[in-house]
Amino acid sequence: MTARIVLHQADITRALTRISHEILESNRGSNDLVLLGIPTRGVALARRIGDILGAIDGVDASTITVGALDVTMYRDDLSRNPTRAPSPTEIPVGGIDGKTVVLVDDVLYSGRTIRAALDAINDLGRPRAVRLATLVDRGHRELPIRADFVGKNLPTSASERINVRIQEIDGIDEVTIEGSTPA
Amino acid sequence: MSILVTGARLPDGTSTDILVDNGVITELGTSLSAAGARVIDAAGLTALPGLVDLHTHLREPGFEQSETVLTGTRAAAIGGFTAVFAMANTSPVSDTAGVVEQVKSLGDSYGYATVRPIGAVTVGLAGERLSEIGAMAQSRAKVRVFSDDGKCVSDALLMRRALEYVKTFDGVIAQHSQEPRLTEGAQMNESALSGELGLAGWPAVAEEAIIARDVLLAQHVGARLHVCHVSTAGSVDVIRWAKARGIDVTAEVTPHHLLLTEQLVRGYDSRYKVNPPLRRDEDVLALREALADGTIDIVATDHAPHPVEAKECSWDEAAFGMVGLESALSVVQAAVVDTGLMSLADVARALSSAPAAIGRLEGYEAPFTVGSSANFLLYDPSVTRAFDTSLLHGKSINSPYLGRTLPGQVMATIHDGYATVLDGALVDADEVAAAGQVRHG
Amino acid sequence: MRHLLSTQDLSRDAAIALLDVAEDMSDVGEREVKKIPALRGKTVVNLFFEDSTRTRISFEAAAKRLSADVINFSAKGSSVSKGESLKDTAQTLAAIGADAVVIRHQSSGAPRVLADSGWIDAGIVNAGDGTHEHPTQALLDAFTIRRRLHGTASRGRGLDGVTVTIVGDILHSRVARSNAWLLTTLGARVHVVAPATLLPLGIDSWPVTVGYDLDEAVAAGPDVVMMLRIQSERMHAAFFPTAREYSRQWGFDDERLARLPAASLVMHPGPMNRGLEISAGAADSPQSTVLEQVSNGVSIRMAVLYLLLSGERLTSGSTHTAEVTK
Repeated sequence: MTARIVLHQADITRALTRISHEILESNRGSNDLVLLGIPTRGVALARRIGDILGAIDGVDASTITVGALDVTMYRDDLSRNPTRAPSPTEIPVGGIDGKTVVLVDDVLYSGRTIRAALDAINDLGRPRAVRLATLVDRGHRELPIRADFVGKNLPTSASERINVRIQEIDGIDEVTIEGSTPA
Repeated sequence: MSILVTGARLPDGTSTDILVDNGVITELGTSLSAAGARVIDAAGLTALPGLVDLHTHLREPGFEQSETVLTGTRAAAIGGFTAVFAMANTSPVSDTAGVVEQVKSLGDSYGYATVRPIGAVTVGLAGERLSEIGAMAQSRAKVRVFSDDGKCVSDALLMRRALEYVKTFDGVIAQHSQEPRLTEGAQMNESALSGELGLAGWPAVAEEAIIARDVLLAQHVGARLHVCHVSTAGSVDVIRWAKARGIDVTAEVTPHHLLLTEQLVRGYDSRYKVNPPLRRDEDVLALREALADGTIDIVATDHAPHPVEAKECSWDEAAFGMVGLESALSVVQAAVVDTGLMSLADVARALSSAPAAIGRLEGYEAPFTVGSSANFLLYDPSVTRAFDTSLLHGKSINSPYLGRTLPGQVMATIHDGYATVLDGALVDADEVAAAGQVRHG
Repeated sequence: MRHLLSTQDLSRDAAIALLDVAEDMSDVGEREVKKIPALRGKTVVNLFFEDSTRTRISFEAAAKRLSADVINFSAKGSSVSKGESLKDTAQTLAAIGADAVVIRHQSSGAPRVLADSGWIDAGIVNAGDGTHEHPTQALLDAFTIRRRLHGTASRGRGLDGVTVTIVGDILHSRVARSNAWLLTTLGARVHVVAPATLLPLGIDSWPVTVGYDLDEAVAAGPDVVMMLRIQSERMHAAFFPTAREYSRQWGFDDERLARLPAASLVMHPGPMNRGLEISAGAADSPQSTVLEQVSNGVSIRMAVLYLLLSGERLTSGSTHTAEVTK
């Protein structure tokens, strides 16, 4: 199985920067914005987006709030797999009621993780709107879910594996595809 | 029908043929022949004198769901026993001539083994007043062993009187040594393990203190004392001390106390729940040595059958007791013969002549001599078998050995000159009953 | 994790993982909607042979917060139903389709007998068996100590170096046993104090130090003092002469509270005999964790039920280790 690098560090940084600007534009500013990363890597990505937003001219960094939303308890495949330990959920002070929640994840695939995230959000409060930002969209949706902000569209076959590595957890920024047959 | 056993090895090592007719051994030698005799080829087998169990619970009358005289003596026969002493904790209690005569008659009619009923020391086993010991001694059951087993004769004055009174009838008190106040609610040996498992402890001192008191009482009144199921190293020390002073005390140990320890209680499997409880390694080793050096005179099974529902529950709720007739000889072989402490000849003493003497049972003094009663078994010590329920022939299956491998197998048992076990299997009940009828008339 | 029968079998990693999951569960208790769907469709049966409203309610709340269905079966063991109660009840529950059985029984070892019996396939949680163990109590005690010491930074931590003194009827206490094993596994140092009659034979083989003197133990400034309930029946069985003498020697009164470092915790598994083993003042002081222990109990029991029931059913053979993927 050969692994092919599809996104280098620079590509990832550019993608996150573009996503951050798109979020700002669609939200018409940074007010009432809550970024919730989905563990594990989504949390670090959410923080990065939060930092990027806070550094943009004209944005009041104190209005950017970043947290984590663990969806383990809401997954629809719990009893089909070995027991999964949950990760912490951190909802920022101020909660999510009436806010625009932007879910941040590294890879969007079947859409089931996001469906679980929507159920989790439902038990935590009532946001004004929920948006989804993902670094990679690899297609093959099983539910009617789409991302609002996408770093890179990577059409894949089901037999391929996408690996996202980021600095904070894996020591390096890169996205690779494994198992692809040469065109 | 006469029986000719060919090529058996006796406990002393010599090889011989044995001719049995009319209940006695009529001839010993080599190349014997007898017309019309049933021939048993005993090549490779050891002949042992018929085993005598001084401590069995046949449960009849009253607890026939656990065992009956028929099923119990069948289990005895397959274990190589030709005589069993049946404990008195039946319902009604064996405290009158009527009950003991009935138990004896049942044993005689089935014919698998000689049944000698044990009489209760106190009426109803209540520990308050003596039962009609004289009547039982003079009945057809000729009771010589008296015991409240299951319970201890704990009142010192009553024990004194009992020891004195049975002298009148050449009897012996067989004491279940357990100080009741120290063992209320006890579940297992009191030890670090019982503290860990949260089970109420049965301290060794509760046994040792009673034995110490009883041997001194026996000395004081000049009576015989027999100590049931000795289970601790401390008890061995007390008995050794008593014998050294010339006190007329005999003692028994069960096969399970020679092999199993309290560690088995860890999984709360109530097959290992027994009274007195399984103890420590040190106790097992001391008991083996004591049996080998004669401090403990005999092995007795304390065969205690219980129905399945009495064990399929939590430990506290489970009944105390293990069946042991079928496995006794194998366990003794594993514990003391295969470990080099005793020979099969020593085992013959501990499981046959010695218990017979204590119980005043005639016919076992000089086995394998011409003219003596034909009570013996043919044993193969070389086989190893997985012990499963197919090897149990009583009514109950509460054996701690299920799932273990044990050595040895009884291939034939001759009781009063007729076969109760042949080719390792029980002889049919009608045939045995008929043969027994011939003997008793 | 297939069953939770004792803390003696819990490894340090498994215990910390369990406490960490309980942290997440306790967050659920802070929300407006105190419910997550993790155990939807599962059935948890509370099989209580001994009365205990508090523990039963705690398990019930835990199961319901995980969206499981709860059935309460109060089967007081009687001498009449000897032998039939446990087996027949277990088979009935199996027929109903119980996924987990939380059992409290007066006989030590009953949960183990149930788990090994083959009468029922459900996961078994020991809610207290005789004088043997009460694992969820020890876990909630450990959780409480950890929380008080490290607050929100508790995840991943044990109780290394924490000194705990347990006082009272050690001989008859399943809470003492479960805590002795668990706290030591987590790195704490455990000291027990009791009159000699209330210490089990062989306690020198336990991983604890032993003393008879409570004042001496308090003077050593332990981080935690855990008081155990004393039962008056013990007085009648000659374990100690009078309640007054017991209280004087081993009762945690206001005076001993005053001599305890201000940061030290006073714990009690409940229910308390105010005035006997613990004074009202001590029970109600800010150092007392008695009420938190109750709410932490729900979080711990949620964690236990989640770890027992949420993954694919383990087959028998994998007994007590918590195998958890992150």
